[in-house]
Amino acid sequence: MAEEFRPGCQRPEIKKPKVDEAVSQGVLPLKEEGNVMVKVGKAAPDFTASAYYQGKFMNVSLSEYIGKWVLICFYPGDFTFV
Amino acid sequence: MQKLGVEVLTISVDSIYVHKMWNEHELSKMINKDIPFPMLSDQDGSIGKMYGIYDEDTGVETRGRFIIDPDGIIQGFEVLTPPVGRNISESVRQIKAFQLVRESQGAEATPSGWKPGKKTLKPSPDLVGNIWKEWKVSEAFDD
Repeated sequence: MAEEFRPGCQRPEIKKPKVDEAVSQGVLPLKEEGNVMVKVGKAAPDFTASAYYQGKFMNVSLSEYIGKWVLICFYPGDFTFV
Repeated sequence: MQKLGVEVLTISVDSIYVHKMWNEHELSKMINKDIPFPMLSDQDGSIGKMYGIYDEDTGVETRGRFIIDPDGIIQGFEVLTPPVGRNISESVRQIKAFQLVRESQGAEATPSGWKPGKKTLKPSPDLVGNIWKEWKVSEAFDD
């Protein structure tokens, strides 16, 4: 499960997604410049990111959610209007 | 979403500290409790780039919404530019449809405009060319 961590004075470490791994597994097309859209019917690329959840800071990986339905929502920024 | 057994993750380029402040100062006041799902931070946009929704020009992530099934397969997505918000009911409808199809192991399909309670279609050789008998165009629209 997601692992809690204590914040220090540095920014939380950015956990780079394993793009090369996703490419080698055929989940993502060969890396090109700019954005490449994922495809429906294909595996969702895994990632790990720091997160805020109910008073705690934790690391969350998409792979923890295998076996469950997941809805991911990206949005432009906190304190935006819609 | 919790009722449907769906786990929600939200992601933006904001830090987890800003997520905490947004929850405390605004969002928790809208719903009278803490945000019930993890708010992820993607400060270098690397997750957004992988999903194809990171906008290099503005340095933010557009309103990309992805439905992922229990096998980790992307079943659907929608991407909007920032000024227009999403329709949550449509995401719920799509998830219910995908769950129905999965439970039927592909024996049933949900035609255009389907929502819970409406007729599904059962693809078979006999159905080819005969959908007009089973399904009316008016069913594609809300009552």
